[in-house]
Amino acid sequence: MDLSFLAIQALNGLSSASSLFITACGLTLVFGVTRIVNFAHGSLYMIGAYTAATLVPRLLELQFGPLTFWAGILLSALIVGLIGVLIEVLLLRRIYGAPELFQLLATFGIVLVVQDLTILIFGPEDILGPRAPGLRAPVEILGRRFPSYELVLIAAGPVVLGLVWFLLRKTRFGVLVRAATQDREMIAALGINQALLFTGTLFLGAFLAGLGGALQIPRVSAHAGMDLSIIAEAFVVTVVGGMGSVPGAFLAALIIGQLQAFGILIFPKSTLVVVFLLMAVVLAIRPNGFFGRPEVIGGTHAVGIASRKRSVLTPFLWVAVMGALISLPLIGDAYVLKVTTEILIFALFAFSLQLLIGVSGVVSFGHAAFFGLGAYGAALSLKWFALPMEAALPAGLLLAALGALIIGAFVVRLSGIYLAMMTLAAAQIIYAVAFQWVEVTGGDNGIVGVWPSAWASGPVFYYLFTLAVTSIAVFLIMRIIDAPFGYALRAARDSEPRSEAIGLGVRRHRWIAFTISGAAAGLAGGLYAFSRGSVDPTLLGIPTSVDALTMLLIGGIQTITGPLVGAGVLHVLRDLIMPLTSLWRLLLGLSIIAIVLIFPRGIVGSIRAWREDAA
Amino acid sequence: MTLLSVQKLAKSFGGVTAARDVSFSLERGEMLAIIGPNGAGKSTVFNMVGGQLRPDQGSVLLNGENITTAAPQKRFRLGVGRTFQVAQSFLSMSVAENVQMALVSCNRESAALWTPARHRYRDEACALLEQLGMASVADQPCSALAYGDVKRVELAIALAGQPKLLLMDEPTAGMAARERTELMDLTAQIADKKGIGILFTEHDMDVVFGHAERVIVLLRGRIIATGSPEEIRQNEEVRRAYLGDEHALERPKGVSPA
Repeated sequence: MDLSFLAIQALNGLSSASSLFITACGLTLVFGVTRIVNFAHGSLYMIGAYTAATLVPRLLELQFGPLTFWAGILLSALIVGLIGVLIEVLLLRRIYGAPELFQLLATFGIVLVVQDLTILIFGPEDILGPRAPGLRAPVEILGRRFPSYELVLIAAGPVVLGLVWFLLRKTRFGVLVRAATQDREMIAALGINQALLFTGTLFLGAFLAGLGGALQIPRVSAHAGMDLSIIAEAFVVTVVGGMGSVPGAFLAALIIGQLQAFGILIFPKSTLVVVFLLMAVVLAIRPNGFFGRPEVIGGTHAVGIASRKRSVLTPFLWVAVMGALISLPLIGDAYVLKVTTEILIFALFAFSLQLLIGVSGVVSFGHAAFFGLGAYGAALSLKWFALPMEAALPAGLLLAALGALIIGAFVVRLSGIYLAMMTLAAAQIIYAVAFQWVEVTGGDNGIVGVWPSAWASGPVFYYLFTLAVTSIAVFLIMRIIDAPFGYALRAARDSEPRSEAIGLGVRRHRWIAFTISGAAAGLAGGLYAFSRGSVDPTLLGIPTSVDALTMLLIGGIQTITGPLVGAGVLHVLRDLIMPLTSLWRLLLGLSIIAIVLIFPRGIVGSIRAWREDAA
Repeated sequence: MTLLSVQKLAKSFGGVTAARDVSFSLERGEMLAIIGPNGAGKSTVFNMVGGQLRPDQGSVLLNGENITTAAPQKRFRLGVGRTFQVAQSFLSMSVAENVQMALVSCNRESAALWTPARHRYRDEACALLEQLGMASVADQPCSALAYGDVKRVELAIALAGQPKLLLMDEPTAGMAARERTELMDLTAQIADKKGIGILFTEHDMDVVFGHAERVIVLLRGRIIATGSPEEIRQNEEVRRAYLGDEHALERPKGVSPA
């Protein structure tokens, strides 16, 4: 490893830092002004790449030259900026006051919609963009060849930083953006046209995302999936730098770029792990990132479970439901039983998340981590230690609980959006480990041959077994929600100062809740592994976490039974609709957005409100 | 023994000195008011006694025990109860459950996982609410109460911990004039009966001069006067501090319109 090699690595680090900063800068500006963490920022980046990869070659056919190339890049970014305006006017404007969980989910709805629309418009193939005219020949640096386009990228980051700095410091728009970032209530009181400010910010943010994407086309082809990979990195940059801080984002991007460039030498396969570890460490030391300021978190009782009078009919309802479920094998065929088994498993998964979100007000965005840990724990102990199912399931549960105990130790120190990002980061770390540690986990292919013990195999017996285990687990969690422990969690959610003043150890309670919730999710994961006979990294991915959140959302976050109903509805809809159309994600995304906008209380919550109104 | 002894507390935020050289003490059963213009440092001193802020210098002793750096939870166990300037209650629970929660915590049952919380200490909570005239709303959701009633719930929560020292940060802010006097009369009565020492801040001078036995006046983070309400009213420096708002220090004339 000689000096020239190190220099080239450092330059590589700088160029990826530049790209990352340009994208993350838009994200952090949008957050600063609107207080919305825009999950769709990665989608805007992807649209930028696709647009440029399609548009620029056409333009170059008309007139070949560097000017055309760069004009094409800027034009693509402008188009994405306008899409950002569209998103603001149609959706974001309606959810500025909504709880952050709903905001995150709504913008994730956009992600799903854009994924399908991108394939519809640009086709399923990757699109390779043209190389930049005038920058095709590599330059020689210390005897090594280095692409000259990368040098331009390295310069682009500081140029964008300078322009954004100028915009923020020297223009009226910039003054307003900074004012809004520092004190949102104040700006509302000043009689400024807020709508215009927010729309303008979204344009700027989307423009930067589009620019970040468009600049990639000579390096990588535009492909589906670049949205989620960039959004994860952009989140890390904004969180590490401090949400809302442009210089923070720049510094964080520089550090992360170098970490990736040199981390690859130490852990050849797990640069993702290094990046997320950095975030975990920074947040553990500085809970608001480098230059972020603490977020004022109001009482969030409005989105959680509240005490209410118990209906005398409730126990009968439960008995009826249980009776129907137990007798299902008498009428249902193998397919129905398999579907119902999965619904039960996902109901437990969603319910475990309800303990965190609905009860504790801890918005976990990476609950798939524990579902996946449970599944992998069970599968690994079966494969490597030849444990039977009866021992492998508890092993999976223990692994998930242990994971939750460790991650929870970091998580409970944070609040609000930082907490959500930390859980997301933790899940991504575990995902990366499962994906890249091929020797143990089987990598992308996962582990196959995870079958239940003889007595529980076959659809009928595995269904009954799952029914028994999930019912017991749900019942236990319900007791916990009603017990003093659950009330203490709600107390801490409603008012932290009041809870501390009556002697409640808020962090300790949340930590225990996080661990219990992780264990329950792990149990669900283990059951799922045996029901499918295999595990793979998708169980740990962001879409799995979002599935759980969507089930909560559909059922209703303020209700105890909501997640159970939500799991059933989502699963049945998916089974009914998926075979009919290839646009499942589009439909799901639109449904999520519709629920956030129209039925924020979910199915069970809406029914209850309707009945209470009628009464 | 002196219930609360505050010695030379100091706190600054950046370049702003919010409290400097603040010393005072409080006996059991005594009602002590801290007053001062806006920004005088009342809430800062208050939060240093309550454990929400850590002082830069100085110490806080409760019954002789040093609690300067103790967490709010520890202070609660040692007998400190408090209410907040903006009422803090558990809005997702019923009124009774709010008080039950405090009783559960007081009896160290907050980590219990089995018997439902709503069955625990229900009678004790209702008895406490009865004392404060809130028995009729025991089963109403706290979020449905008027603000004045939420402040009473807060008082009930604070009293449930059986405090020796009760801290009340603007206990009557946001209440109607009549409610204010009633609440403070009731508080004084309970405090007297149980020998609770009360430290409170207040903007309403009727409440201060009508209920405090001693008054401390803060100005720009320093104590400029200490004494009985009558002495404070006569104090020249205090009058100057309230310049432009001289009526504030006039003798209370019964119930004034809010």
